[in-house]
Amino acid sequence: MKNRLIMYSSSQTFWLVLLRLLIGWHFLYEGVAKILSPGWSAYPYLMDSGGFLSSFFQSIASNPSLLGIVNIVNAYGLTVVGLGLILGCFSRLASIGGILFLALFYLSHPPFVGASYIMPTEGSYLWIDKNVIEMGALMVLIYFPTSQIIGLDRFICKFCKR
Amino acid sequence: MSIKENNTPEDKNEENKETHKSALPESQGRRDALKTLATVPVLGALAYGVYKKQKYNATLQDVKDVFNVSKESPTIAKMQPNGQQIRLGIIGCGIRGKQLLRAAGFATPQSLQDLIDAAKKNSKDTRYKDFKEQEDLNIVLAGVCDIFDTFAEQGIAAGSNIYREGVGGKLGPTPKRYRTYQEMLAASDIDAILIASPDHWHSTMAMEAAKAGKHVYVEKPLSWTVPETYMVRETIKQTGIVFQLGHQGRQVDSYNKAKEIIDKGLLGPISLIEVCTNRNDPNGAWVYNIDPTANEQTIDWKQFEGNEERVKEYMDYMTKYNLLKYVGPEERTKFSLPRFFRWRCWWDYSTGLSGDLLTHEYDAINQLLGVGIPHSATSSGGVYFFKDGRTVPDVLQTTFEFPDKNMTMLYSATLASNRNRGKVIMGHDASMEVGDTLTVKVDSASTRYKEKIDKGIIKPNVPFYTYVPGKSNVDAVTSATELYFAQRGLLYSYLGGKRYDTTFLHIREWLECIRDRNKKTSCGIDEAFQEAITAHMGTRAYLEGRTMYWDKDKEEIVRGELG
Repeated sequence: MKNRLIMYSSSQTFWLVLLRLLIGWHFLYEGVAKILSPGWSAYPYLMDSGGFLSSFFQSIASNPSLLGIVNIVNAYGLTVVGLGLILGCFSRLASIGGILFLALFYLSHPPFVGASYIMPTEGSYLWIDKNVIEMGALMVLIYFPTSQIIGLDRFICKFCKR
Repeated sequence: MSIKENNTPEDKNEENKETHKSALPESQGRRDALKTLATVPVLGALAYGVYKKQKYNATLQDVKDVFNVSKESPTIAKMQPNGQQIRLGIIGCGIRGKQLLRAAGFATPQSLQDLIDAAKKNSKDTRYKDFKEQEDLNIVLAGVCDIFDTFAEQGIAAGSNIYREGVGGKLGPTPKRYRTYQEMLAASDIDAILIASPDHWHSTMAMEAAKAGKHVYVEKPLSWTVPETYMVRETIKQTGIVFQLGHQGRQVDSYNKAKEIIDKGLLGPISLIEVCTNRNDPNGAWVYNIDPTANEQTIDWKQFEGNEERVKEYMDYMTKYNLLKYVGPEERTKFSLPRFFRWRCWWDYSTGLSGDLLTHEYDAINQLLGVGIPHSATSSGGVYFFKDGRTVPDVLQTTFEFPDKNMTMLYSATLASNRNRGKVIMGHDASMEVGDTLTVKVDSASTRYKEKIDKGIIKPNVPFYTYVPGKSNVDAVTSATELYFAQRGLLYSYLGGKRYDTTFLHIREWLECIRDRNKKTSCGIDEAFQEAITAHMGTRAYLEGRTMYWDKDKEEIVRGELG
């Protein structure tokens, strides 16, 4: 395993773990907030989609059964990714899942020239938005794993090896 | 947390190798467990945060004692089973006439072909699919009357297209064409009449249809002259036919919720209502296309001129009050294509902004508040933008006073600016903007909500309650995102239920009332009378330049003294 070669200083470990927790917090609360608001649906977000994949996202919104699945996957998927990152539990899988979610969010609302969305954004973006940055950060976490140092993976890995 | 030793993922494994088969030292095991579970407290922190936030949100929604709106949204009643098939005739197949036919389920093959082609180009264009799926109202179009051949042919084509197909599709029986409406009213195979003629014919045709025993759906406004307004009310009441005035706004879903909010007093005493018309294109200003096939041979101009008795009432009024500058300018007998197609621009046929557009706004307010005929009306305006020879103004302000309701209604219209101004109902405690959606804002100086405002539970002057038709989950508190969507018309009703064309619902209601005479149309002759008199008061105030009053006891429009 590549991981064998990695050796971090204490502060490197500290900041990598903290980054994992911050992203995990973000995902977890996004998921929990959706679960806790009874009328929540991805419908308006999907309908607001722009860019070259907008018809794909809007077709999901206009199909009630598909939308139902998307709503569940979204709310619980984000929650699971968040839990995985915070607890350091199947952290690599959680990171990959998080990247997939972020890629979909990015592609549904790409910050291309001329794009405008109803969804309020808190900043100004061109090509690169916070989804992309978070994806980058998750890639860093995949290649600089910490969950076997601080996290349940420490236990899980040992268990697997036995 | 602090990590003091060499921190590689496998560090412990390395150590384990040295001490394999022997148990870990106790401190080592504890440290291991600590590292495994070090991040768990983060979950606790998040759970605490979520708990605090939920609690805060709950206090925000703690407004039930002062603001409680039912969660029900109206549903469309099923059509009566085994109801009789109703045989319709239509008088007037111009722009609105064809719209009425389409709402009733009859569209020309050409117009449907256009929709089919549009759907092929754009898969999101579901207009043809929606029309195809629109409920069958169990009616036939038996007769078509228009004095312009092309419009009559279009009406016939629509009426025979019962399978709702495009060009070359299968057709049903052809409706009979009538060249005069009198002949159509004499026909025994017609039960009910849709009237979409120009304004100067509405009441005359409605009265004669009623006398012939036909049920009537007539486009707004009810009347063109004041005297005929009384006559048509009397005739409709005497004959007892089922009457509906074409204010399809009566079917707007959100108006029911608006009425509930007003009836519960959630806005507090209402002192001012502002309603508006804002248009900014030739079509909106009644400069309609002139059909290339139109000429003296294809149009029966004599019938267009109007009913002699009505024209006399009109001329008597205009002469008596020195308003002849508003008559004409062309002779009524002179054939004119602009006057035929753009008749709304001349008082000779039209009721102007008052009759065409103010009536929609007034009827909505009358529906919400039951205001009835105003005590007085004052108007001003002019032809300020479309100086194309028209006599009716393109900018108009009319103020209606309702002293017994302690309230003013202000109507403000321009045909030369699109700036959106909604229907706003202003109360002491809150104001409400009424459209396809509703938005309530609490007033910062409200008495009713004072306590909640002081506690920070209600934030004044920002949207407090939003109603979006079809959205099942109606919260008391409007979230910012929800509001963005509500305001941009991204309606949830695609999800919750079907969206209906309000004209379809309005015609459907009328037909259902014909089938079951115990039911009442929502815009019957009393509402229609109030609408017409209110519009006439506004018009007369404009033409004569003085306030018009309504004598409730005598049921008469009374002029205010000049100067």
